[in-house]
Amino acid sequence: MTETRDNRPEAVTPMIECRGVHKYYGDYHALRGIDLTIRAGEFFSLLGPSGCGKTTLLRTIAGFEDISSGVVLVDGKDMAGVAANHRPTNMVFQSYAIFPHLTVAENVGFGLRRDPRGKAEKAAAVEEALAMVGLKGYGARASHALSGGQRQRVALARALILKPKVLLLDEPLSALDRKMREQMQVELIKLQRQVGITFVLVTHDQEEALVMSDRIAVMFEGGIAQLDGPEALYARPASRRVADFIGVMNFLPTRVVGDTPSGTEIEVPGFGRVEIPASNVSRANPDDDGPSIGFRPEAVSLVAPGAAGHSHVAEGVIDEVVYYGDMTYYDIRLDGSDGFGDKVRPVRIAMRNVFGREVQDVGARANVSWSPGSLVLFR
Amino acid sequence: MASANRSQAAQGLSLIAPPLGYALLIMAAPLLTILAYSFFKDGYLTVIREFTLENYASVWADPIFHKIMLRSLGVAALVTLVTVLLAFPVAYFLSFAVPAHKKSMWLFLITIPFWTSYLIRVFLWKVILGYNGVINSGLTSVGLIEEPLTFLLYNVNSIVITLAHAYAPFAILPIFIALEKIDRSLLEAGRDLGESRAMTFWRVTLPLAMPGVVAASLIVFIPVIGDYVTPTVIGGGKIPMIANMIQAQMLDLDNRPLGSALAVTAMLIVAVFSLIFVALNRRFLKVRQ
Repeated sequence: MTETRDNRPEAVTPMIECRGVHKYYGDYHALRGIDLTIRAGEFFSLLGPSGCGKTTLLRTIAGFEDISSGVVLVDGKDMAGVAANHRPTNMVFQSYAIFPHLTVAENVGFGLRRDPRGKAEKAAAVEEALAMVGLKGYGARASHALSGGQRQRVALARALILKPKVLLLDEPLSALDRKMREQMQVELIKLQRQVGITFVLVTHDQEEALVMSDRIAVMFEGGIAQLDGPEALYARPASRRVADFIGVMNFLPTRVVGDTPSGTEIEVPGFGRVEIPASNVSRANPDDDGPSIGFRPEAVSLVAPGAAGHSHVAEGVIDEVVYYGDMTYYDIRLDGSDGFGDKVRPVRIAMRNVFGREVQDVGARANVSWSPGSLVLFR
Repeated sequence: MASANRSQAAQGLSLIAPPLGYALLIMAAPLLTILAYSFFKDGYLTVIREFTLENYASVWADPIFHKIMLRSLGVAALVTLVTVLLAFPVAYFLSFAVPAHKKSMWLFLITIPFWTSYLIRVFLWKVILGYNGVINSGLTSVGLIEEPLTFLLYNVNSIVITLAHAYAPFAILPIFIALEKIDRSLLEAGRDLGESRAMTFWRVTLPLAMPGVVAASLIVFIPVIGDYVTPTVIGGGKIPMIANMIQAQMLDLDNRPLGSALAVTAMLIVAVFSLIFVALNRRFLKVRQ
């Protein structure tokens, strides 16, 4: 686990602390020693493929799963033996879990039963919570008459009305269509800033995590592979696996020539000899494939052969063109791959289709312009 | 769209036509016959086909009918209450405690009582509850009692015990199905929102299981009111219910019009009670999960 960015002073208050958390289901080792600190007031995401343990971790924080060993602290208090109904956390469930026998207002007010306030005050609080999620006046509706997006808003209002220390969101956007999802992403960010509550989001959608989070923990097989801010995670993934999971990354086999005072000198097919700055070198690379460099499709650009003003250029032939409207993806077969065997696959390059730029044809010669700072070395 | 719907409806109708026809034949036809008889005059051993309301008048004026009808309603209500109260924990255990791959085995076990005929099961209860029955001889031999207990058999309690046992599976199954339909995350949501297990059961599980409870109640209540075997065997003929009274009129006294009027009246009363029960629970039945 590396933290390349966001190493702000320890002044930040921890809201959730997991120390050596293990969880077994029989023989299955679902959480393998999670050490994690989630800061008060941040929008934190647990990102990973299905089965990586992210939902299990969220459910241990909520109190729905016991942990086999380790400690979970919420707001400084040990949660061992504290039942879900006594924890300062509230959850937005993947299915939203809207009570079908209750109206919207009854759903939102469900957790207020033991609230000492009077009936009228509670009703006002419900109305206020509904207004906060944009459902003013929906209180009397039957819950089955709601759309997916509205159900989610009800689930949010129902949790936030209790003013929890932490709001846990279990894949809250996965059931929505793309447009609604993008809209809700923005609304969730705004809502989080407005209420200032720590949000912990579980998602398998890397784009969603990048858009919404202050920090992201990428999980594989019950462990945290990298914990970083979205930019660091995207630009400097700690391992090939993380790089592969977050967005698209091209990988090229590499020969390490040697270490220099400021980084590592390597030789890459088509790129020649390059010095990679130390900040872009990842040693947490468990792959047996040998050293490789990675770069994002948009971190390099396609330039016409012979175009001036490009200090680093790799030459190649366009193998495939995929037109996306706003973007065009080119797969380029690079020259000079000799000596690296057939491990070298075409690299994908993304070009924005700005006005006046023509889409290139398959088979045309093309040059790839790059800079050492846009490459990440995994060794 | 409309024509597509119509042809689909026609298709559906043609699919259910055979069972529908069968049901009409064996249900509606006897029902109509009984209805017709109830308005005919009795001519001692014959039926005079002349319209009259006399039968209904004498049914409503008959204090014995009032007593027996009230007893039938009371027994049926008590049996329903006992059966549903006993069936709910079983259904809950089946739905929440039994692992998914063992549920069908458990359901299979619950059907075991059906492997023997209802009549034999009723007689078995007589063997258990009787003067020289299992309970009495057991208690006597242990020395807890000297004289056999007489309150075990030939009374309303024994009728309720027997019927509650006989109808238990009918109550367990609808409640089990209603519980199975409950999204488990709703229960977690109840806990997450600050409620204990008991309060979550009260505020979430029970309201959502009510359609099953209502169905179970009706499935038990309606046939129990008309039960004939148990009052005869377990009640020893001393505490007749409405079916016994109808039987007496129809066969023993050969007064079919009066027997028919009794049957129709009892049916109407059951229908009214059932409708009131459903109406009282309508807010639970409207829930769409």
